[in-house]
Amino acid sequence: MRQKLSEATVEIVSDSGEGAQKAGQTFGAVSAKMGNGVWTVEIIPAEIKPPARSRAGASGIRVRFGTKAITNMGDHADLVVALNEQVLYGRLDQKAYKKGTVVLLESKWATDGLETIRTQFAEALERFEGEGLRVIQLPIEAACGEHTDNPRVGKNMFVLGMLCHIFDRDIDKALNEVKLVFGKKGEKVVAKNQQLLRAGLEYAAKNLDLAFHVPSTASDEPKLVMNGNQALGLGVMAAGMEVVSMYPITPATSASHHVAGSFHKMGGLVHQAEDEIAAVGFAIGASYAGKTACTITSGPGLALKTEFLGLAVMAEVPLVVVVVQRGGPSTGLPTKVEQGDLLAVLYGEPGDAPKVVMAAATIEECFHMVITARRLAEAFRTPVIVLTDANLATGVQPIKRPELDPEWLAPPIDQSPWPKGLAPYAWDETTGLSPRPVPGQKGGEYVLTGLAHTQGSKVAYDPESNERGLKMRSRKLASLQQTLQTPEVHGDPEGDLLVVGWGSTLGAIEEAVDRMREQGHKVSSLHLRMVSPLPLGLNEIFSRFNKVMTVEINYSDPKDEGPYASGAPRRRSQLAWLLRAETLVDIESWSRVQGQPLQPLQVEQALLEVLEATKASAGGKSPVTA
Amino acid sequence: MFGLKTDWSLEMPPAYFTLESYEGGAARWCPGCGDFAVLTAVQKICRDEQLPPEKVVAVSGIGCSSRFPHYMKTYGFHGLHGRALPVACGVKSRRPDLKIWVATGDGDCCSIGAGHWVHAIRYNMDMTVMLFDNAVYGLTKNQTSPTTPPGRKTNTHPRGAWLPALNPLTATLGFSNVSFVAQTVDWNPVHLHATLAAAYRHPGTSFVRILQRCPTYSDDMFAEVQKDSNRLLLLEHERGVPAASGLQRMYAKRMEHDPLDMAQARALAEQQDTLPIGVLFADPSRPRYDEYTAQGLEMTAEDRLNALESELDRFAV
Repeated sequence: MRQKLSEATVEIVSDSGEGAQKAGQTFGAVSAKMGNGVWTVEIIPAEIKPPARSRAGASGIRVRFGTKAITNMGDHADLVVALNEQVLYGRLDQKAYKKGTVVLLESKWATDGLETIRTQFAEALERFEGEGLRVIQLPIEAACGEHTDNPRVGKNMFVLGMLCHIFDRDIDKALNEVKLVFGKKGEKVVAKNQQLLRAGLEYAAKNLDLAFHVPSTASDEPKLVMNGNQALGLGVMAAGMEVVSMYPITPATSASHHVAGSFHKMGGLVHQAEDEIAAVGFAIGASYAGKTACTITSGPGLALKTEFLGLAVMAEVPLVVVVVQRGGPSTGLPTKVEQGDLLAVLYGEPGDAPKVVMAAATIEECFHMVITARRLAEAFRTPVIVLTDANLATGVQPIKRPELDPEWLAPPIDQSPWPKGLAPYAWDETTGLSPRPVPGQKGGEYVLTGLAHTQGSKVAYDPESNERGLKMRSRKLASLQQTLQTPEVHGDPEGDLLVVGWGSTLGAIEEAVDRMREQGHKVSSLHLRMVSPLPLGLNEIFSRFNKVMTVEINYSDPKDEGPYASGAPRRRSQLAWLLRAETLVDIESWSRVQGQPLQPLQVEQALLEVLEATKASAGGKSPVTA
Repeated sequence: MFGLKTDWSLEMPPAYFTLESYEGGAARWCPGCGDFAVLTAVQKICRDEQLPPEKVVAVSGIGCSSRFPHYMKTYGFHGLHGRALPVACGVKSRRPDLKIWVATGDGDCCSIGAGHWVHAIRYNMDMTVMLFDNAVYGLTKNQTSPTTPPGRKTNTHPRGAWLPALNPLTATLGFSNVSFVAQTVDWNPVHLHATLAAAYRHPGTSFVRILQRCPTYSDDMFAEVQKDSNRLLLLEHERGVPAASGLQRMYAKRMEHDPLDMAQARALAEQQDTLPIGVLFADPSRPRYDEYTAQGLEMTAEDRLNALESELDRFAV
């Protein structure tokens, strides 16, 4: 009799190169095809080939799947397959497991020829049992070896078979998925892997007392399964971009890989520039010449592009810049998540450089936001920054298949003669908007310049011209702001606590809020997609809650440590900083910077603390300045 | 009637462009600046080639010479210090119809933008790159540039520049996929024009180093070679700057040099006592990145959507 679960979280961890990710991705795809909600996230070591059996070298994958939609990686894994014991240490440090988590552990290390390995294994078992993990030792490689000469290569499919039995996956769908994954390598390889999958399934049925069922509902809605960088790459193509100009940087580069794989079929160009500066300069040049262009980067690359971004603002060049955020400052945590670049994209340039900034909150938004960004860039003649992060970049989820719209594509460039007497920056005094001449348009000849200029693009050092240009560029943002919808509140429109978030934390925040609301707490949340300009109506929403706080993955000083314990002013996380400045509301902030996506449980605990502190300090109602 | 075609008005001759068609605002370089001569030469070439002004883009970085686009009545891009080349490559990438002139200085190209210099030469996209080399930073008031000769006193090296000067010719001839390198001087308008015209006609990136005097800070920089025409070696070739009687009268030292001869080009570029002027190297057969970047321009929206649909299929479940 199978135990029914509403959801389950499974991990496969191993040394790099053992195929854990492929097994997990296949498991996720099968679950998605069965109609389960799925979120898959890769566990990636910083090195390409870290030494075997190293604690920091854990490579693998987590798959969280359930009956309903899954929006984040969740809290603790329920079951882990570990191909050696050392890789589990790092996961324990990241609080990936709880008491009772089942660990299916490769047992061959217990009898290894090297004494050090045998000792390590014994020590690890002691530690894991101390943590309350339920360790089941299994000779996975040996069992797999009964079906293949090379179990080291094939055991990932054997493990997949085990998991398919344990979680009652549709075997036909699993076999078909294996065919899709290995199809290019020929029928023999497909058959071999299918055989190993069946063998793993039978092995688990015979040797394990673990059998669960996670109900799913099949739906006819066409779906795609992809990660955020793939969605981003497809979004770039659907937006009608012609040029993606980039320089390799983790974790952004894979988005460009996805574009490079098929862009030529759409007549597009991926330009790998000599450096980050040239990448954005090339995109700006293409855009100046009327071609839609974007550049995709991460924090350190963004820093290098700063001067060109200022030029694009100053000279009003349409441009989309995607920033897939990672840990910073400096080289920071290249493969891990942080939301640390918000203020840098808003205020990174010397001088006043207003620009549009949007943040994708889901994998689906990684696709659609690029399309919106391209249109805004052209309509408002400005750079538009799209923020995503390493969590979205590597998270895999089924999304609704978009219905492509020819209107998403950029129209062909206008080469008709430029109207006589019309200036290259004929700013509308109210909106700051102006039509843009493109090279090839007869009569539109002008010299784009990064110097202060008149509406005729003539260099101007006089006091009025400089101020006027700044005013017109700023005015464009206000014009855009008028068109923005006020974001919807998740939960009741009023209450004790409102949580404001942005970017990839959406799933974890809403899950935490939902759990708290089930417990009777008056907590709601609001997620910002537009960060610059901010949507109107925030003050009014904030005024309906006793307390407003942000939850973010960027640094803020803790309240109760060091100098802050005695009331020294502390530095807030970045959205809190921004919202405090823009709304004059005393906004609280909670943040974590551990290179990990937020877990709903963490968020829940943080919200509870703030809720209790608010109630204690104000006896119910705390003053909110409007 | 009278044998006149009734649709004669449709056969108007195409507009004839004069020098004025390319003359932008009054140039504001210092009186006596060598940049004026370069500007005139480029305007003449545009006229000679009858380039529609809307199809010409002058791209520059920052510096005195980078004001160049402002004085052309064409499209222009006056961007960032050192970054003219990436912008120019981006402009050209999807617009094969545009003619690109790049104005860059010795600080702009050989110092802050040196990384782009190496790669733009390797990309070899069709454009003419003019290095205005006055061996000093002029706009920021007399600092040492990479091409400042050692010993010369500047505001950053009041006791004299210490490092050996960078040689832009040997450097460029050393970059992979270089396709055109020439040298000329601002004080000989005939040679300047002939060299830039050869550069313009070359398919690929034509790099022209122009020895250019700064009347304010380096007026005497090339005094010796100006005074003694024997310090200059006139390179002649039918595939470079062809022999012309006017030039032959001016220069006693002349040499027939085949621009395909890279070994000789490098040897000539190394010379310190006698400076070669003319085309050192030209190989029109080198691969051009703009031929790669412009692929797929003909694709329709329908083609693109169909390709995208099959791309989405790859992710379907």
